Amino acid sequence: MTKHALQKDPLNAIITGVGGQGNVLMAQLFGRALTDKGFAVTVGDTYGAAQRGGPVSSHLRISKQTLYSPLTPSGQADIIISLEPVEALRVLGGWGNPGVVVISNTRPSYPFDVTSGGADYPALADITAAAEELAQKTLFIDASEIALEMGAPVLTNTIMSGLAVGLDLFPITADDFIAVLKNQFDDKKFNLNHSAFQKGLDLAASNKWSD
Amino acid sequence: MADISNKTEGLADLLLGSEAIGRGALEGGVNVVASYPGNPSTEITEAIRQVAEKMNIYVEWSVNEKVAVETAAAASFAGLRGLSAMKQNGLNVALDFVSGISTSGSNGGLVLVVCDDPSGITSTSEQDSRPLARSLDFPLLEPGTFQEAKDMTRFGLELSEKIGRMVLFRSATRLQHARGRTLLGSLPEEKRKAHFDTSKQYVAFPSLPRHVEAKERMAQAKELCKDSAFNVYEGPENPDLLIITCGSCYLYALDAMNLLGLWDRVGILKIGTVWPLPDDLIKTHMAKNSRILVLEEVEPFLEGNLKELAVEWAADVSMPTFFGRRTGPLSDTGELNPDIIITALTEILELTYEARPPAYDQQAKAMVEKLVPPRSLALCAGCPHRASYWAIKNAEVLDTRDGFVTGDIGCYSFGLFPSGYSIMKTEQAMGSGPGVGYGFGKLGQFDMQQPVVAVVGDGTFYHGALPALVSAVNNQSNLTLVVLDNGATAMTGFQPHPGTGLDAFGHPAKPVLIEDICKSLGVRVEIIDPYDSEAATQKVLDFMNDEQQGPRVLIMRQQCALQMARSGKLYDVWVDQEKCVGEDCGCNRYCSRAFKCPGIMWDAQAQKARIDEAICVGCGVCAQVCRHEAILLKPLKAVQGKDS
Repeated sequence: MTKHALQKDPLNAIITGVGGQGNVLMAQLFGRALTDKGFAVTVGDTYGAAQRGGPVSSHLRISKQTLYSPLTPSGQADIIISLEPVEALRVLGGWGNPGVVVISNTRPSYPFDVTSGGADYPALADITAAAEELAQKTLFIDASEIALEMGAPVLTNTIMSGLAVGLDLFPITADDFIAVLKNQFDDKKFNLNHSAFQKGLDLAASNKWSD
Repeated sequence: MADISNKTEGLADLLLGSEAIGRGALEGGVNVVASYPGNPSTEITEAIRQVAEKMNIYVEWSVNEKVAVETAAAASFAGLRGLSAMKQNGLNVALDFVSGISTSGSNGGLVLVVCDDPSGITSTSEQDSRPLARSLDFPLLEPGTFQEAKDMTRFGLELSEKIGRMVLFRSATRLQHARGRTLLGSLPEEKRKAHFDTSKQYVAFPSLPRHVEAKERMAQAKELCKDSAFNVYEGPENPDLLIITCGSCYLYALDAMNLLGLWDRVGILKIGTVWPLPDDLIKTHMAKNSRILVLEEVEPFLEGNLKELAVEWAADVSMPTFFGRRTGPLSDTGELNPDIIITALTEILELTYEARPPAYDQQAKAMVEKLVPPRSLALCAGCPHRASYWAIKNAEVLDTRDGFVTGDIGCYSFGLFPSGYSIMKTEQAMGSGPGVGYGFGKLGQFDMQQPVVAVVGDGTFYHGALPALVSAVNNQSNLTLVVLDNGATAMTGFQPHPGTGLDAFGHPAKPVLIEDICKSLGVRVEIIDPYDSEAATQKVLDFMNDEQQGPRVLIMRQQCALQMARSGKLYDVWVDQEKCVGEDCGCNRYCSRAFKCPGIMWDAQAQKARIDEAICVGCGVCAQVCRHEAILLKPLKAVQGKDS
């Protein structure tokens, strides 16, 4: 299969996280790269007052033929990419199915309900076990740690983007995505994001799916 | 945001619904855009603003929606093209003028974009704005796709100019906040000059003959829209069921049709010109269908109008069975989505559908129940509103007269929720904190003993609080008004307001200061930093107990924590876990459970509090909250004076 062939039509990806983590921009960049390759793409953002700590998901609907709605019907996700581990589970609960693949950052962002004492946050081992049980395959990586090593936690989303492209989750090449990054950022920010994206590609080469 | 000024005609761009409307306005040769921010409408004006200077378009964030529409209307009266965008609540603010211009008419193309918010995701209501088009005689357009959002905006400007009437354009959250492939059209070369033809009048009185004229113009609009390409039928010649839909429901309907495989037995008639309706087209399809499902957000507006036509045509078209939000099986509240439409279709057509295997479904739902904690919205770490509410809450406790807060719309609406101590007891509309607080302040003659603190944000103060404050001076209401001043319209993305000292483009503008307005009214006014917790509490208490007649205004001024996160911390903050007493503190963990800043975490291993450095903005308030002096501060920059 060539890099630009669509394995399923529509291909439904949900990119999720918490307000401020950058998943909305990440979905937009994927949407743009795919549009530039001639796909009919819809990117639907679902959130409330997103910057105030709520969950945010972007629904990417990718097709060769027609435009799909900005909301993926329940149980119909093919790909889940999460910047926060319990948010991967939240989306899996609603949109998962036996064929879905999940990649997720492992760094928790604690909900207000947890920090103010009303709810518990599950252990990472329980999160990954639950995801493995419900998904066809999963990959959990501490992308935030790598971003922090690079000096900027905001790069987490770009590292995860590199991981997704490296794992061939989307019908685009690394160069397609890099072209969009170049268009999006000034030189300084582009260079940072480019190396973060490369780290993500490297992670894809050096890590294995859990089935 | 995307640059919507690309000149390449025919280019496939990925545009937000908002950006598509902005692009449509450019293609339609808009000259003046005046709006008030409010989700989900904000990005329309924001997208145009970003390219406005190079395209010689005037853009402003007006003080409120009524002034915004008036500004766009003046452009129309002068022969230019104008557009104003707002959320549904904003239309209510503008409504008096909107009603007036429905009878006075207009000149250059004039479009009012109203963005409704089904389910009220970021709104105080899920009000459906469409019935106004019928009651006030405006043509109403409702896009179903991103492409239509763009093309219809241009069409709306042209239609408005042809009939001399403003056109209502209705969008909704799901289209506004989604991106889709849109083919760009050409940008006009024409440069218009503003000139008012003094042989004409645009007046709403005498209203009856004007109303007659409005009806004539609507008949003209109906003629111009009857063959519109925005009204499309897809499906078999004689389907088992006809879906008639408009707006964002159209794409959901396509999803449902695809998943259920219904293209050989169900047809979809998508209506874009929702008022006046394309009667002939509808009649043709109604005659061929005995069952009709109407899909729309939120009220059964289309459904009701279709039923009315069915009754009129009863002599020559047999009455179909209708399904929809009035008749069922759809609910008459809440946003629709593909799942709801799938369920409705399976019910009507007696189909079975499984989104995923039932055992998997149960397992997935049980997993969420067991492992996934809720993620409630909360005021951000370090938010000055939290600090202000903390001070007001403590002042109310010290006062002992069962005081309470009246409030309104903005980030500070989180005063409704645990994150803001559920301190706010009334909340309705922009400026109603002061308005209702003013009303309470006149209840002394009925023995009302409770002190009332009205809160209002700085943007909202200019937008809708001034009439209440002036009334409070005039009628000597016992009102304590706290202005929660964070320097910008933070909730919608930091648009400037009259106090900011900047225009929409970030150029210097003459600031109108809240304290100057209050002084000019002869009102006691003071400014305090809410981060200075003890002083703020004492000041609120003092204001609540002020014996003078009439209102007093306390401005709690501190920049938004999101700005602080960008500009750098005031303090390094950490917990000395030796001093922290954990569960034994006050209300168990007093800092995290009572003060509730999400920057304070519970370290389960140590059973002590801990600061989450990733989100702490270093405001330093929690150090004043901790009774065991376990939260420590190191100043990182010169802490500004308490009175600015």
